[in-house]
Amino acid sequence: MTISRRKFLKTTSVSCLALAAGPSLGHGYELLELPGRMSKGPEELKAKRWGMVVDMRKCDGRCTEDCIGVCHEIHNVPFIPEAEHQVMWLFQEPYENAFPDRSRELVSKVLKNRRFLLLCNHCDDPPCVRACPTQATFKREKDGIVMMDYHRCIGCRFCMAACPYGSRSFNFRDPRPYVRKINPAFPTRRRGVVEKCNFCQERLEVGKMPACVETCKKGALVFGDLDDPDSEIRRILAESPHVRRKPELGTRPSVFYLF
Amino acid sequence: MIEKAFHGGKGYWIWIIFLAAGTGMGLLAYLYQLKEGLWLTGMSRNVSWGFYISQFTFLVGVAASVLMVVLPLYLHDFKAFSPITVLSQFLTVGTLAMSLLFIFSDVGMPMRILNVPLNPTPGSMLFYDTVFLPGFLLLNLIIGWTALGAEKRRAVLPPWVKILIYISFPWAVIMHTVTAFIYAGTPGRGFWMTAIMAPRFLTTAFAAGCAILIVLSMVLGRLSSFDAGEKAIQKLTTIMFYALIIDAFFLAVEYFTAFYSHVPAYSETFRYLLFGIDGNTAFVPWFWLMNIAILCAIGLLAFPGVRHNHLHLSIACIVALCGLWIDKGFLLVPAAFIPNVFGRIMEYPPSWVELTVSLGIYCLGMLMITTLYKVTTAIKRETNVRR
Repeated sequence: MTISRRKFLKTTSVSCLALAAGPSLGHGYELLELPGRMSKGPEELKAKRWGMVVDMRKCDGRCTEDCIGVCHEIHNVPFIPEAEHQVMWLFQEPYENAFPDRSRELVSKVLKNRRFLLLCNHCDDPPCVRACPTQATFKREKDGIVMMDYHRCIGCRFCMAACPYGSRSFNFRDPRPYVRKINPAFPTRRRGVVEKCNFCQERLEVGKMPACVETCKKGALVFGDLDDPDSEIRRILAESPHVRRKPELGTRPSVFYLF
Repeated sequence: MIEKAFHGGKGYWIWIIFLAAGTGMGLLAYLYQLKEGLWLTGMSRNVSWGFYISQFTFLVGVAASVLMVVLPLYLHDFKAFSPITVLSQFLTVGTLAMSLLFIFSDVGMPMRILNVPLNPTPGSMLFYDTVFLPGFLLLNLIIGWTALGAEKRRAVLPPWVKILIYISFPWAVIMHTVTAFIYAGTPGRGFWMTAIMAPRFLTTAFAAGCAILIVLSMVLGRLSSFDAGEKAIQKLTTIMFYALIIDAFFLAVEYFTAFYSHVPAYSETFRYLLFGIDGNTAFVPWFWLMNIAILCAIGLLAFPGVRHNHLHLSIACIVALCGLWIDKGFLLVPAAFIPNVFGRIMEYPPSWVELTVSLGIYCLGMLMITTLYKVTTAIKRETNVRR
């Protein structure tokens, strides 16, 4: 008979725990439950290439404070008073600033008065990743999310020079005193590193949609797999004319806008 | 040989103390910045690179200009350059030390700087700079120091040093080209994204390096028995003159592309620099001054009377240096962020902390160069006496 080392340890440890827990059954029950709880978690949301559609026909910009607020709250994004040092993951810009390369003349009123929701484009060919000298920012192979390693970043800000979308923020100040309510489930950052939207990678891992998508009651934000022809996001993109920010730069953003 | 740096007159020691004090002041300012963070600088989320990265860029150029001395000497056997070769190599050592310190001052996490060599990333242009800069510093320190030792013993240059010298030729060009590539390869910054960036970097580098070397030779000639030789000075002047003309030509073709094509991505920053946009004109006087200085220097150097009079030549060199520094050491880096990626004009003024730290680094660099030059001139004097 062969018993694997793992199996042996598992059985003996559980037996030992059962023995030790004998006198106080209630407490033992908790401990015995533990191994099962660890292995069975919520299902991770998976995709080949995550992408987002921002439907500006549905987003009127009146409640964008909500999605931005939730995003910044759960990610411990500091609220820096001076505009030039602000840290922003999700933010708003008027049409002519969000799309400065597009026609600014005789813009329709609908577009002119809209505040466009902006975030990291999680480009398919991200210039920030190319620029980073330490691979502190990298594109995740499995789902195309452009991530940041806050512990490796040296704060050279080459990525900020390389990003044509203004999606990256540098912590010019110590951010912690400016975080209104610290969420212990997500790391805070320190002074001197760059940060940006992570497409709620930590939520996808536990089967949840990105916070902004979940917060939006109007259904203006659609998140899905750009690589899956049957996904809802692909269906929307196939049906409606859409634009991306600065497509001429060849970065192939994964965030699409409908208007 | 280093002991020679400890024997000097009153003027020498006053200069050393002055530079040490400047370095100390810069260090204090740096410690303040280290404690508080980079919000003390004029940089922002709009203009995320400023004065530090500009100085780094300018000084790497000066360092690369050593090529204009060693190439004629070792490849074309232009013997007149031999008195100034070591000076040029030590200038490179000092300017590269400053460049590295400027990068160090600019990063938000200086204690993590070793993450760059620990995670080598060949795709990043900044990675190449961190390889080529210290390498070139060492190369020139070794070559210069050995050459000086050989001169002292009146021996010929050992063959392995010759090999290092030949390695340094392409090294200089590559080093400054990768510096240009930091800028020339960034999508969305039209002002930088031009193929002429690397050639222009090399031209301005050679012009600035020769100008500094001419001025330093004059100063050393006054303060010590050092004599660069008229032939060497005239050759440096010629190189500088043509480099300036090529630079002016490169600038002119940049203006043409920007303003004839009317493509905003290329022309907006030039428009901001030349005329200002929506009343934002902080850089406009500087930019005009840069253009005027380059043209004036070319004009002055065109006169044989200016070229052959050392005082006039020095003035022409300083005028040229003003233009070259404003271009590469002040405007080139921050201007590319104006207008920013959202098409907004957010201007950049360097803060006093930034300027004090920079002054400190310049003082430290000059302290290094002074020490090395003191040793050089002392040894040259000895060998001349013995001769």
